Amino acid sequence: MRRPRKRQSARISPRSSLRADVWLMRHLQVALASLGRLIRTPLSTLMTTLVIGIALALPSGLYLLLGNVESLSGHWDGAASISLFLTQETSDEQAGSLASQLRRDPAITRVRLIGRTEALDEFRRLSGFAGVLDSLEENPLPSLLIVEPAADRTEPAAAEALLARLRQHSEVEFAQLDLQWVRRFHAITEIARRGVIILATLLGLSVLLIVGNTIRLEIQNRHAEIEITKLIGGTNAFIRRPFLYNGAWYGLFGGISAWLMVGISLLLLDNPVEQLAGLYQSGFRLSGIDFATLLVLLGGSTLLGLIGSWIAVGRHLHEIEPA
Amino acid sequence: MIHFDNVTKRYPGGHEGLSNVSFHIDPGEMVFLTGHSGAGKSTLLKLIGLLERSTRGQVRVAGRNLTRLGRGQIPYHRREVGMIFQDHRLLHDRTVFDNVAMPLVVAGLGHIEIGRRVRAALDKVGLLCKEKNLPVTLSGGEQQRVGIARAVVSKPPVVLADEPTGNLDPTLSREIMNLFEQFNDVGVTLLIATHDLELISGMNRRILVLEKSRLARDNAAESVN
Repeated sequence: MRRPRKRQSARISPRSSLRADVWLMRHLQVALASLGRLIRTPLSTLMTTLVIGIALALPSGLYLLLGNVESLSGHWDGAASISLFLTQETSDEQAGSLASQLRRDPAITRVRLIGRTEALDEFRRLSGFAGVLDSLEENPLPSLLIVEPAADRTEPAAAEALLARLRQHSEVEFAQLDLQWVRRFHAITEIARRGVIILATLLGLSVLLIVGNTIRLEIQNRHAEIEITKLIGGTNAFIRRPFLYNGAWYGLFGGISAWLMVGISLLLLDNPVEQLAGLYQSGFRLSGIDFATLLVLLGGSTLLGLIGSWIAVGRHLHEIEPA
Repeated sequence: MIHFDNVTKRYPGGHEGLSNVSFHIDPGEMVFLTGHSGAGKSTLLKLIGLLERSTRGQVRVAGRNLTRLGRGQIPYHRREVGMIFQDHRLLHDRTVFDNVAMPLVVAGLGHIEIGRRVRAALDKVGLLCKEKNLPVTLSGGEQQRVGIARAVVSKPPVVLADEPTGNLDPTLSREIMNLFEQFNDVGVTLLIATHDLELISGMNRRILVLEKSRLARDNAAESVN
């Protein structure tokens, strides 16, 4: 785009060809000038920035939340376990011998036995039904074996095969593969991920429109300046430049405010999430925006601002011709 | 320097701003363009500055055929043609210095060079002491001189002026004309549209008279005859 124009200019007027350092200096000046222009109208700049910030904070916040939820599910992936509920007739001793038999199985890493008595104690402790339980003549709870498949059996198909084999044991009343839940969870997060992408696309589009509209108004406000600049031989590239920088600044500021909004929200959520995690005996903490994500956010928002203003300038600059 | 060959400008709707106009102006000439309002003076100047394009015929300025000049080259052409307007067309949110500097900024000159040339131009029009003023604080005559400084600051070979003295009293008008004569003395080609016949009659310069979109009189052609 630049080069052929420069060559044309050289043909018409050799003395006006730009030197590289002057060109760079000019860009810096225009960038700072458009920044200064924004700062001189702080209220409208702040409002535009906040609107862009909110539009960007929503998808980036959701994206972050999704990442946190997925990191949470990461803990469960390895622990895809099979619960074996044993029949009422099975005594704690029989359950113990089945457990040690299963421990020798190469497809199984770990077997945890929760005997009937132990289960009853735990239930009494946690449920608050101690009085009711004491009135029962016999323990209604079965023994439970929690079986963790070996690392190479956590694949859904392999785990299903193991599940079918474990069902064969006569002591087993009911066997449940907890992997099922993990798979459902994965399906749900996949839907959420798509949702975030769709939302991000729509809100990104809205940022384009916001910046485009703001720049369009700016072009109208500076109608006289554009007209006079065209009269004295300003190229379209020259006239376009301050508006493009304007849009890029809006995008960058919007990105920064989105970052702040997400950061503040995380701070507000951090404490309750820690409490909730504590209730589940988990040391889980929310993770914030890392440096790479921040770079993508700021780069993306600046680019959106640039594209938005480019569209506006492209559409409206040609409408202004000196007469 | 400026050549018109059978130039016609027809506006949308059928009105002819110029009909079959031919003349040429040599480098270094100072020429007045007169006629009633609506006779086509502004149209003629607009064709030279490429604010309009001719419907028929050929316009050439400084060896360039404007009929064939592409859109992308218009800005580079305008840098070679200084334009002065009756309403000055200054930017009111910028200082006198910044207004005059605009053509140089657009052309991409360095900072120091811009300062030097702008001050030289302001000195020429006698406004060096007002470089930091905003245009609104200046009188009409001073604003017009700022407009003139802006038109000549990049030393274009051709300067056009559309009713430059339209709003000024005779003394100020006389001063403006003196300024134009000084530019002409250093070789600038000038074409000045005005309806102030009294002002230009004593200046002994070539006068083009437009009447109803046609060139009615050209006293250079007469003197040849």
